[in-house]
Amino acid sequence: MQADGNNLSGSYLMSGGKKKTLKMWLTSTDHKIIGLMYLYAILVFFLVGAVLGILMRTELIKPGQDIMNPQAYNGMFTVHGVIMIFLVVIPGLAAVFGNLFMPIQIGARDVAFPKLNLMSWYIYIVGAILAIISQFARDGAPDTGWTFYAPYSTSSGTNVVFGVFAAFVLGFSSILTGLNFIVTIHRMRAPGMTWFRMPLFPWSLYATAWIQVLATPIVGITLLMIIAERWFKIGFFDPALGGDPILYQHLFWIYSHPAVYIMILPAMGVITEIIPTFAQKRVFGYKAIAISSLAIAGVGYLVWGHHMYTSGMSDFSRIFFSLLTFIVAVPSAIKVFNWISTLYKGSIDLKPPLLYALAFMFLFMIGGLTGLILGSLGTDVHVHDTAFVVAHFHYIIFGGMGFAFFAAMHYWFPKIYGRMYNIRWANISFVFTIVGFNLLYFPLFVIGLQGMPRRYFDYLEQFQLGHFLSTMGAYVLGIGITMMIYNLAKGARTGDPAPMNPWGGKTLEWTISSPPTTENFDEIPTITEQPYNYE
Amino acid sequence: MSQEHSGHTEHRDDIGSKMGMWIFIFTELLLFGGLFLVYAVYRNQYSEDFHIAASQLNTFLGTLNTIILLVSSMTVAMSVTAIQKNDHKLSFRLLLITLLLALAFLVNKYFEYSAKIHHDIYPGSDLVTNLKHGQTLFFGLYFFMTALHGFHIIVGMILLSVIAYKVKKGKINSEDHVLLENGGLYWHLVDLIWIFLFPLLYLIS
Repeated sequence: MQADGNNLSGSYLMSGGKKKTLKMWLTSTDHKIIGLMYLYAILVFFLVGAVLGILMRTELIKPGQDIMNPQAYNGMFTVHGVIMIFLVVIPGLAAVFGNLFMPIQIGARDVAFPKLNLMSWYIYIVGAILAIISQFARDGAPDTGWTFYAPYSTSSGTNVVFGVFAAFVLGFSSILTGLNFIVTIHRMRAPGMTWFRMPLFPWSLYATAWIQVLATPIVGITLLMIIAERWFKIGFFDPALGGDPILYQHLFWIYSHPAVYIMILPAMGVITEIIPTFAQKRVFGYKAIAISSLAIAGVGYLVWGHHMYTSGMSDFSRIFFSLLTFIVAVPSAIKVFNWISTLYKGSIDLKPPLLYALAFMFLFMIGGLTGLILGSLGTDVHVHDTAFVVAHFHYIIFGGMGFAFFAAMHYWFPKIYGRMYNIRWANISFVFTIVGFNLLYFPLFVIGLQGMPRRYFDYLEQFQLGHFLSTMGAYVLGIGITMMIYNLAKGARTGDPAPMNPWGGKTLEWTISSPPTTENFDEIPTITEQPYNYE
Repeated sequence: MSQEHSGHTEHRDDIGSKMGMWIFIFTELLLFGGLFLVYAVYRNQYSEDFHIAASQLNTFLGTLNTIILLVSSMTVAMSVTAIQKNDHKLSFRLLLITLLLALAFLVNKYFEYSAKIHHDIYPGSDLVTNLKHGQTLFFGLYFFMTALHGFHIIVGMILLSVIAYKVKKGKINSEDHVLLENGGLYWHLVDLIWIFLFPLLYLIS
């Protein structure tokens, strides 16, 4: 033991003094091992999706065909979307950090159903393999966009069935993870940990899990209907047989809008853990943050129609959906105010996790406020299906969920591996990622407002500057992420041994050794106070 | 590793297990909920066509299958009671009866489907695609919903077979029978969905 509370030799990563073998990894029901397996799988798919994104940006660097033909471009944005949404962002924080730390934060030894947890991972991998097959099988990558809108998805000659079925299987994995977390949080909290003594990351996962359970089945059945439509011509979405393509859009967004909250709620939970630690201050408005997670989950379920303002809906429904969209912004803003109030007069320690958390707040606010422009009926008609939308949801999904993921990685890293990364290099890669990110996506707001449509392979001369800057941003961001991953990978192998509590955190994971033992706790703690009791 | 690890995963929580099953049942209801929504939309849009198409279904076989499933739900519930009263043999036999009833349901379904297919009524057939729109959609819904339900019957049968085996081996007993209860819950769900499908497809005509 080189550092206080360090436990490199007896951790969950070891078995009998040696590193665990691959077989031990693949059959382990330890929630931490499963979390790490999700992390590595997601990292691989994230890099694949990112490379596809960089290739698309390279194609768009100047007008005309540069490195790929239009059909390849269509396949690329579809597969980029499917990989990033279904394989990276939706499982992302919940499956990785939820698995790694939620049981520890509530004082449990594992999740409620450890075998089911492992099975969810395997189902995830099956879904991932199907998604990859859809890219390479004979008929070519699906070219419908990740939304699989009917009637094109029911008639396109590409591998839509594989793509759709991949999404269905991944949804099943997501449901099982959500179910597992709900039961875990209900049944396995340590003695004395009442609901309002639970840390806020588990709170956000609890709200997320309910969305996973209640929304995912709808898209599941919808995707099956697409397959049936293609194989058997049942006609549900085919106007020639009396069906209605708009009905598909409704069914799709009933899930896929709540899915946005599956992505962002755990991200908010991570930020809520990081900010009190690095301000060394009790979190401001604990209950408001906890309840606002549930409010976002509840109201977020009812706003799907704002994706369809231009598809054909009654004025009354459009006004109703617009109103609800504005209402859902309120609990999100409550969280932002609470984070800022927590920082106010705190003793702020500007370490990499906090830098990423602050970046999250900055990017999330830009993404959120531009979301309101899209949520109001008049302005949406102007910017619908333009690059503005692309910029907006990348600010939320990548700037929000993605940066929260980076923040979580830098925050919990010493606990996961028992070693520390190089802080200086973490800071340098942070600068690259934040600059690259804004350079990549901000110009898209501008050219979107000027009328650049999304998903277009080619464009007019007048959008040249915006596209050029954006592509440069993609390269800078790519360099930043490569540096970050290299720094973390190096830290995991050869970094200095980390102590039990490097940041001075107060939640339960900081009271056990780094890395934890397989059992997490020698003795299950009894909880007597709130989680963030800083002086 | 697995030995040292299995020690702590042997944690048992019957209430938690049942809670998990109930949540799973919610997701199944929502899965069919999407189809009920599609049904509601098109029934509203093409009520006359739905009326005509529904009269083509065999109400006798539908009713028979409803009775079969209701009885099977009863036998599985009795099987749970039997195990609680520590009567393994009876519990096992009741599970076998449940499985036989499930099989009878599928046999009936097979005859129903083959009669339809014999008359060229199946999704994508020339006859069905050239019917009036509402009738095409009705048959699409009929086959999609009953096939998905039939798939759930098969899954339920596999689940109950595993459970019956464990009852036989004494792994499920009066002390530890949450798996049987969960299997029963699932079977009731399969029954319940049919209780909705039956009037929507067969009776409202």
